[in-house]
Amino acid sequence: MNDIEEFRHTVREWLEANCPTSMRGLMLADEMVWGGREIDFKTEDQRLWFERMRDKGWFCPDWPVEYGGGGLTPEQTTVLETEMRKLRCRPPQINLGIWMLGPVLLEFGSEEQKRELLPPMARGEIRWCQGFSEPNAGSDLASLQTAAREDGDDFIINGTKIWTSYGDQSDWMYALVRTGPKEPKHAGISLIVLDMKSPGVTVTPIDLISGKSSFCQVFFDDVRVPKSQLIGEMNGGWALAKALLGHERRAMSKFSQISLPTHFSLLETLFEYLPEPQTQSDIALFQRAISLRMDEHAFELTQRRLNEAARARQDVSAMMAIQKLVHTEQEKDKFEVLLDVMGRRALGWEGSAFTDQQLALTNTWLNAFTQAIAGGTSEVQLNVISKRVLGLPEAK
Amino acid sequence: MSLVYNEEQQQLDDSAREFLADRSPVSEQRRLRDEQQAEGFDAKLWQQMLEYGWGGIALPEAYGGLEFGFQGFAPVFEHIGRNMVASPLLTSIVLCASLVNDLGSEQQREEILTELIEGKRRLALAVQGQDRFRADNFDVQITDTKQGFVLDAQDLWVPDANHVDGLLVAGQLPSGDVALFIVDADTPGVAIEPLHLLDARNHARVSLTQVQVSAAERIGTGDIQAQLELAFDRATACVAAELMGATAAMFDMTIEYLKTRTQFGTTIGSFQALQHRAAWMLADVELARSALMAGFEALENESCSVEQRQQLVSLAKWKVGETAHKVSREAVQMHGGIGVTDELDLGFYLKRSRVAQILFGDSDYHCERYGKIAQQLSAEIE
Repeated sequence: MNDIEEFRHTVREWLEANCPTSMRGLMLADEMVWGGREIDFKTEDQRLWFERMRDKGWFCPDWPVEYGGGGLTPEQTTVLETEMRKLRCRPPQINLGIWMLGPVLLEFGSEEQKRELLPPMARGEIRWCQGFSEPNAGSDLASLQTAAREDGDDFIINGTKIWTSYGDQSDWMYALVRTGPKEPKHAGISLIVLDMKSPGVTVTPIDLISGKSSFCQVFFDDVRVPKSQLIGEMNGGWALAKALLGHERRAMSKFSQISLPTHFSLLETLFEYLPEPQTQSDIALFQRAISLRMDEHAFELTQRRLNEAARARQDVSAMMAIQKLVHTEQEKDKFEVLLDVMGRRALGWEGSAFTDQQLALTNTWLNAFTQAIAGGTSEVQLNVISKRVLGLPEAK
Repeated sequence: MSLVYNEEQQQLDDSAREFLADRSPVSEQRRLRDEQQAEGFDAKLWQQMLEYGWGGIALPEAYGGLEFGFQGFAPVFEHIGRNMVASPLLTSIVLCASLVNDLGSEQQREEILTELIEGKRRLALAVQGQDRFRADNFDVQITDTKQGFVLDAQDLWVPDANHVDGLLVAGQLPSGDVALFIVDADTPGVAIEPLHLLDARNHARVSLTQVQVSAAERIGTGDIQAQLELAFDRATACVAAELMGATAAMFDMTIEYLKTRTQFGTTIGSFQALQHRAAWMLADVELARSALMAGFEALENESCSVEQRQQLVSLAKWKVGETAHKVSREAVQMHGGIGVTDELDLGFYLKRSRVAQILFGDSDYHCERYGKIAQQLSAEIE
């Protein structure tokens, strides 16, 4: 047995012995454990699994030991992830800091910042949120206006961030701020980190068309942040933002692998509500629903082909680039047609006249609009595909 | 089983790409059209294709085949579509040789298969008379007489039937059973006349008037209909692969044009209105390719039930057909004036795609079949 196989063996034994049975399999949104100052364990198994993985340093297995990581090689990390997948181990905690900011700090942070910020992150003690979008900087993120004015050893922050997921439950934020108001827009942005308890920070949750959401708006009113909390170069934040967004795509795909989506089978719903289409309009609706299912099926096959092509080391850039666009646009179409199929049963907002399933479907329809806007709108995706994949020229 | 090419498919992909682009680019199809030969394909090219072994891709080694399985046809038909190559590969090999192999007696297989693979004989399948294809529809009437059988049919649409050596004819007996016969083209009562379709290929109208055949010319017994449906599924997948190649070619031509055509002092590909439409085309092309690969996979996957195979083949034809439709319309529109001239090769792709979309069932047909099977499978689970 070579070293890596021996490692695999040890890891599997450890996981089998230490991952409680209730911590295996897909999980619902409210079963996730979010690390942070006010960590909330709903079961004893959640706490056990969290602490055992934390003590191994396996929240961030490939980070160096001196920053609180597990010190594993990339190969060993892959083995750990594979074995966790095989046993269907849930992630012991979810933390944007580890998935997104951590890798950027490791690459661009100063030695002091790494020693100060990484170990608590690696122990799941701090919950991080992301301050990127602003009311007037959505798809055009680089036009952001939240200002960081220099004042001695500090920055004074004024402005607002929006669409901050779980802003009201987070301990720290990493944020893009404008430090160079006279520079060209991409060249006047810096990345800073700040404690959400700092005086002058207020957070307001946002209600969506689908109801309550995790999104918040965060306001900064003369918030004082030490200059030592600037990450990377002054006015050099745009490169870091791009690196962070690269990690966001990876984090999103990890996230979708572990969570049980509010999944509605188009066919099941169709056959339940329209088992025997009789009239011309029923038949036409039935056929429209089937064709949307076929498109969804073709997308599922594309995800499979993407994985197989990646394993065969083929160029998968085109298939990668279309994922978000196709999925979110298909979801909108799918729920629209299901609403048609269910008729008045799909119009419920609350109350016992509707089943939980019916209410959830309607809610998911409304949520589908958000998905095609968040994380890069469909139009931004189309821009990216036409320029990076098709090589079409920039507009003059 | 996989949605990416295996080693054999990769080899076929490499050789078909080089050979067809070199030996039979679209200009060859233009020449054939302008010369108006009834055969509609280049006999020399056909021989060369057979020398590459393409006739035997899915046939047993005992008859000179390669035994790669039907998946081997995916790359070959893709390049056939990319280069607008006319040949009887679909009719004489994918349909007829496979039916003889599946259903024929040992003697029939020995007599016919080697000749088909070597190109010494050419067959076409006569079955379809209706305007729109249905796999369970038979337009040939068969009467059982003491001397043998009598076949009757009017106005069948038979691709590649001009100058063919013989026909495989499928029809319905009075009992409702389906039977298959091999009929020499010069048998009395067989009338084959050219049918000029917009793809300028070899198509024919075939009529059978009191055509007498003996029991020796009957191929197979038992559930012929199920075997025919399998043969249609194989042909459907191959037509979908051809459409995929044609669609990819139209898409590539269009993206290239967007990068070179200038108006208003800039390349038109810099306009966002066109960029977004181009990006959507790419998304559909990728989805279509995945569906196509799954269709071919289902043809060879033994753990796939008949219903699952039918469903995945229908998905392939539907998605590739819808994408071909979208891309061909966009290709013409984005080329502007030059797009509607005969000088540009695009017209050949547009016209052939239209024919291929109809062959073995259009999008609506395959959507309906997919839905019916889905409902059937879901009822079985409950």
